[in-house]
Amino acid sequence: MKKEFRLLVQEAWCKGCGICVGFCPQKVLGIAVNGKLSVNHPELCIGCGQCQLRCPDFAIKVEEVKK
Amino acid sequence: MANVMDYIRQDKLPHIWCAGCGDGTIAGAMIRAIDACGLDKNNTALITGIGCSARFNNIMDFHTFQTAHGRALSYATGFKMMKPEMDVLVATGDGDGAGIGGNHLIHTARRNIDITVVMINNQIYGMTGGQYSPMTPYPSLASTAQYSTFEYPFDVCELVKASGATYVARSTTYHINLTQKLIENAIRHKGFSFVEVISQCPTNFGKRNKMGSPYDMLMMQKEMAVTVQQAQSMSEEELKGKVLIGELVNRTDRKPFDEVYYEMVQKALKKKGAEGR
Amino acid sequence: MSNSTVRFMQGNEALVEGAIVAGARFFAGYPITPASEITEGMSARLPLVGGVFLQMEDEIASMGAAIGASMAGGKCLTATSGPGFSLKQEGIGIASMMEIPVVIVDVMRGGPASGMSTLPSQMDVMQARWGCHGDHPIIVLSPATVTECYELTIKAFNLSELIRQPVILLSDAIVGHLRERIELPDPSTVKIINRKMTDKPPEEYAPFAAGEDAVPFFAERGTAYRYHMCSNVHTEQGFPADTNNEVAAKLITRLHRKLENYADEITCYQFFGPKDYDVLIVSYGCVTRAAKDAEKVLNEEGKATAVLQLQSLWPFPRAIVADYAARAGKVLMPEINLGQLIDQVRLATDRPVEGLNRCDGAEITPRQIIEKVREM
Repeated sequence: MKKEFRLLVQEAWCKGCGICVGFCPQKVLGIAVNGKLSVNHPELCIGCGQCQLRCPDFAIKVEEVKK
Repeated sequence: MANVMDYIRQDKLPHIWCAGCGDGTIAGAMIRAIDACGLDKNNTALITGIGCSARFNNIMDFHTFQTAHGRALSYATGFKMMKPEMDVLVATGDGDGAGIGGNHLIHTARRNIDITVVMINNQIYGMTGGQYSPMTPYPSLASTAQYSTFEYPFDVCELVKASGATYVARSTTYHINLTQKLIENAIRHKGFSFVEVISQCPTNFGKRNKMGSPYDMLMMQKEMAVTVQQAQSMSEEELKGKVLIGELVNRTDRKPFDEVYYEMVQKALKKKGAEGR
Repeated sequence: MSNSTVRFMQGNEALVEGAIVAGARFFAGYPITPASEITEGMSARLPLVGGVFLQMEDEIASMGAAIGASMAGGKCLTATSGPGFSLKQEGIGIASMMEIPVVIVDVMRGGPASGMSTLPSQMDVMQARWGCHGDHPIIVLSPATVTECYELTIKAFNLSELIRQPVILLSDAIVGHLRERIELPDPSTVKIINRKMTDKPPEEYAPFAAGEDAVPFFAERGTAYRYHMCSNVHTEQGFPADTNNEVAAKLITRLHRKLENYADEITCYQFFGPKDYDVLIVSYGCVTRAAKDAEKVLNEEGKATAVLQLQSLWPFPRAIVADYAARAGKVLMPEINLGQLIDQVRLATDRPVEGLNRCDGAEITPRQIIEKVREM
């Protein structure tokens, strides 16, 4: 069964550097007009954790959705 | 994986570093390494000097001291010798550690004191606005090199190696899992351990040198780095312009400083005891 | 029954004994004339009492290591002379701002620059006060005898711990190198002060929250008292607040208030001579020795003269000087410099104050003082 993931974003800590956007292999993430991270396609997330690992601002957490 | 937030002073977030700065990413790797080594927060000290790297210990929940520019290693040496049972780490930068603190760096390495140093090499004086550092690549642009830098940089790993450091490693922010692993090894190492992490300063180095976005700068790190293992099968020509990453020195032939010191103390007590004092 | 011992010792050696008795268990230094006997003495003594001796790569590092060890809870000493004292100024400022107890010895030699490495001077008096940048408070004590080297070192450590403040012991090449009789008291009879520790639980503890005396409380390292300390203007919790005017004003004035609160404990001096006098000689350090000799001769001649020896130089004991100067007609201030502390004396009194100065690396002799006072 396909696993589902949830991205928890601390918007107040995000500085919109775009590193997570660049590293996301599924193009889940983007930068919104407010200059902050936006989770555009959460359903595509494969839980690789690159965004959480590389975020310089501790602003993203990847969590598996327990069904 | 470690819950990084267990080691972060969350009221200090958002931190002061610029968007896309490598410091936060490296801080995360450092925390995961500390967690993997099982260090006790109450028994761990993180000492810094001045500059962007000095802000590492603002956000980290250990015994933390931000001291004078370049002197973190002197303060850490005194601290460690007074409290040898504590784990002592130092976060420094290329300006702080190799520039103004260069003399302390080579002598601390020489003594082989059991301190772990993480040097964040962002290749520039970031906090003060982008002046070139002793580790700015030649040639580059900087706020004090408006036309070009005109000095050659240090290979800081070679410098501490020549000074007698018993653990030396290099990584980059791009190779963040390797960075974590090397910091882990450094903490476990008995004696002076040094990890240089090449990092990106998008604001004060990248922008001026037209290096693109923070992501682009990370990709440049990927391009320029060659692991120690890969390098073994590469020619001198192929290695030109490349940076070696991985474990560069790991030797056990020198005892840690506190051990050598207390051996001397035993000699002193024996000698003075024999003299009836 | 007293268990004191009588010894024949050098000033620098007595200083080492004083430091050990005061509880110094860490020393970091760098070779420099005429202070090296202190460094050598500590290297011999500390390993035997469970302490740590380090010879560092430079003066800055030795200052840093001493502060670092004090941050870890130890009582720490470093010793140097003029050129090294210049390099230590950075650390003195740090210790002052971060409220880290540490004792710094400057055995003054002739300056400026490399100056006269083996010859005495009193040329660092103003540097001891204002050598490092910023509005920092400082305590400076100055010994004139071998016994005072011992006693004032203990006092320096006690004040440093009591007030959480760097203390400078301003010795000189004469006092540091001369040998004389000293009666060392039974160490168990010596009063020792340790820094006050917090009684708050870790979650309520703030490293720079001060008590009524304006002095903060210390917490043991390697415990649940994890906290931050920084050398920027900082909050009571120890975090940078270097753009906050209110925090800056509160912190910097408190640093000074600590010394005001303990002014009586800091101030020390000695008076020699008759109750009634016409000339008051204000002295400190080695010059006191010549002043005391001159005082005897002058009084025998019928020239009523007294000596006020300042043992604490900074904060300047203005009230004491004012009081003793008011009973005199004239004041003489001999110094082995071109007149550094004399302006403080002038600020303290409306009596005419004359200087007697030299800067050639030689001592001020009793004869010079006698001749000068005869003219006054």
